[in-house]
Amino acid sequence: MWNFPLVPPTASKEGADISLLYWAITTLAVVFGSIVLFGVIYLAVRYRADNNAVDRSNATESDLRVELAWTLIPLVLALIMFGWATKLYADIYAPREGYYEVFVIGKQWMWHCQHPNGARENNVLTLPAGRLVKASIISQDVIHAFSIPAFRVKRDAVPGRYNAMYFTPTKPGEYHLFCTEYCGTKHSEMIGKVVVLPEKEFQAWLEKNAPGATAMTTTTGAAGAGLTLAQQGEQTFKALGCNACHLNPNSAVKVPDLTKTWGSEIPLEGGGTVKGDEAYIRESILNPGAKIHAGYQNLMPPYQGQVSEEQLVQLIAYIKSLAGVGEGGK
Amino acid sequence: MATDKPNYLNWKTTVASWLLTYDHKRIGILYLVVISIFFALGGLAAAMIRMELATPKGDLLTSDVYNKMFTAHGVIMIFLFLIPSIPAVFGNFALPLMIGARDVAFPRLNLLSWYFFTGGALLVLIALFRGGIDTGWTFYTPYSSSFAKGEVSLAIVGVFLAGFASIFTGINFLVTIHKMRAPGMTWFRLPLFVWAMYATSLIQVLGTPVVAITLLLVAVERSFKIGIFDPNLGGDPILYQHLFWFYSHPAVYIMILPAMGVISEVISAFSKRRVFGYHFVAFSSLAIAIIGFLVWGHHMFSTGQSMYAGIVFSFLTWIVAIPSAIKTFNWMATIWKGRVHWDTPMLYALGFMGLFVIGGLTGLHLAAMATNVHLTDTYFIVAHFHYVMVGGGIMGYLAALHFWWPKMTGRMYPEGWGKLAAMLVFVGFNLTFFPQFILGYMGMPRRYHSYPEEWAVLNVLSTAGSSVLGLGYLLPLIYLTWSLKYGKVVTERNPWGARGLEWELVDTPPDPHNFERTPIVTRPAYDYNHPEEPTAFIPKPRPVVVGGKDG
Repeated sequence: MWNFPLVPPTASKEGADISLLYWAITTLAVVFGSIVLFGVIYLAVRYRADNNAVDRSNATESDLRVELAWTLIPLVLALIMFGWATKLYADIYAPREGYYEVFVIGKQWMWHCQHPNGARENNVLTLPAGRLVKASIISQDVIHAFSIPAFRVKRDAVPGRYNAMYFTPTKPGEYHLFCTEYCGTKHSEMIGKVVVLPEKEFQAWLEKNAPGATAMTTTTGAAGAGLTLAQQGEQTFKALGCNACHLNPNSAVKVPDLTKTWGSEIPLEGGGTVKGDEAYIRESILNPGAKIHAGYQNLMPPYQGQVSEEQLVQLIAYIKSLAGVGEGGK
Repeated sequence: MATDKPNYLNWKTTVASWLLTYDHKRIGILYLVVISIFFALGGLAAAMIRMELATPKGDLLTSDVYNKMFTAHGVIMIFLFLIPSIPAVFGNFALPLMIGARDVAFPRLNLLSWYFFTGGALLVLIALFRGGIDTGWTFYTPYSSSFAKGEVSLAIVGVFLAGFASIFTGINFLVTIHKMRAPGMTWFRLPLFVWAMYATSLIQVLGTPVVAITLLLVAVERSFKIGIFDPNLGGDPILYQHLFWFYSHPAVYIMILPAMGVISEVISAFSKRRVFGYHFVAFSSLAIAIIGFLVWGHHMFSTGQSMYAGIVFSFLTWIVAIPSAIKTFNWMATIWKGRVHWDTPMLYALGFMGLFVIGGLTGLHLAAMATNVHLTDTYFIVAHFHYVMVGGGIMGYLAALHFWWPKMTGRMYPEGWGKLAAMLVFVGFNLTFFPQFILGYMGMPRRYHSYPEEWAVLNVLSTAGSSVLGLGYLLPLIYLTWSLKYGKVVTERNPWGARGLEWELVDTPPDPHNFERTPIVTRPAYDYNHPEEPTAFIPKPRPVVVGGKDG
């Protein structure tokens, strides 16, 4: 009974850094907390009303120097901790490169994860140890949050937008995966595990779980069999009839060149530019009129309600692949 | 009651004289009665939550019932208890007395505020009893607007009305403090409770309309499918969070600032010493109110909010910790070289300092973005805000209740029972909530109906603590009610030997008209060094004008 944990496992590079910061702030808190707690008890006992043995003379009622001291010392400490924490946060969450990418789709009440080679998992996420991972997270209904305490990272799964989360698993093992944003009846059952495998075992796992290698079926029907995520995207691209205009040299209408979409700064009608990223591609499929490429007309019908989040992820992977980008960013 | 002279409690005794009263003191009592009921209801919901969490499996309640319980607990405790608690009860009762005023500036608006509050609260209760709502007190979209079933809109309208009650109270206090201070009661002679109420009122008046309209938009989206927050209707769910926290973060200061004001009063009265660094304590209340409006984004670091916005919010959150630190150190210096009386209100004030300091310092982990993201939406958050809002807010409330109880009722509470309850609350509170910091760091998500086995022991500790805490809260309910009839009668004006107009010049219980005539203030607040000099005096009556009906 007494053998219960008091700290979470630390299984990522980022987790170790965040733990260090956590304990540094905790130390600061314990020092200041002790000063106040023991100080109050000491003073309240020493200066109790019936104790006439203490010196109560020269009891000043204000003093600029002590006020400045207990304003400026905490202020300086706060600024130092702010700097440390902010630098660490920016290092972890600002866009990074050279990653292994997984797409995570949250829905009431499960997690659906897609690997670049087409492997898919529900409520389990299998990852390689020692490699930077980018999870692109979205929800198809309400807001969820994708939390892996052993890695000390978390990102909300928000409907309508991709949120990126980066981490580097270090220790092979199995770890908790939670939904931490309240999402309805079975919120507390929207849990699973993250399995970290050594690189070699992970490669074997990938091969074994590639579509076609097993009897896995997909929500998009036969389109997924034996194909990578980008290849599934190509199938979806054709199935939805996107190729009637896009990537069609014989197209009757003038459309933007999708091979130049990913990663570029796209000039917009009416001025300004937008980065060709997941969010832009997703929006341009669902609601093409939102941001019009300069020099083109708004001819495309909106696909809102006709494409699933899974298909969107495939299409994004496909358009990414057109730019000659495989997994891992540029 | 005790004296022959009629007081505000017994000069009229009909039900109508209470329900239609414009007397700030009676309105304070009306608020006290209704929010005590809501505190008990919210506490019952909390007890159900803790009982469910005594075992890892979700076995006592179904998950739907559990979700409704924590929603009921949050909505009731926040909107129907903590927000009105100190301002509407003790602000109403004591603030006009403290500044030497006859009443608040707008007595009719004050009564209307109670009716808005009670009416809104009834709507919320109807929503809860007609099947309940499961959105959480935060009403996050699109869950609340497009997915949740039940009487969400009704509850929202209830919260909207209660919000207006809060705005009315805020307006009343702002105008009262500006315009109705007695002659000689300059800004820097004001008791610090009044400064804290001023800062609180600013937040109530500036913040509450935003949450009121935001919640109404949720109801509009639910009813008419107009896309505001639901991305499927073309809305933005994150916009909701910005609008919600623009009020709801400052709302935390609505709960804690008045408690800080009470603590200044109590620590000074029971240390028999002027509050150390009066100006710093007064201005730190304003600083908290102002900076507190600019930190809401720290609730949203994990939503994918822009990195630069996050950095600014994080920076301001570190800064807003400083005024709280200033207050705490000044309170310590107030005790230094004082004559400390360990009466029940002082025990609560000392308990406040212990718990608030833990709550405030664990806020640092949440100001830091890198640790915030790991801890947000876990039990660390639950522990942190309970330390601030319950450890701080309710300890302040109980300190105020015991401090002003003899003035309000003309009866003294039983001191022994008071001390026992204060100890139980302190011990029970720590036992309940401290383990939750550890659970949160390990990643236990909040609002979970079941949880992994390895966290059972700490959860059992927390549940055990909550029964001690529950007993600690039950005792005052019993002995204070008991004291109304059997408590020692207090007729002297100043049972604590405290400074301040409400103690020096106002009868116990107060005269319906507070002061015989408007007092003239001659001394600063907390002038314990000059016991021979009264803080204020009642001027001699002006010569009687023939035909005048003064009196």
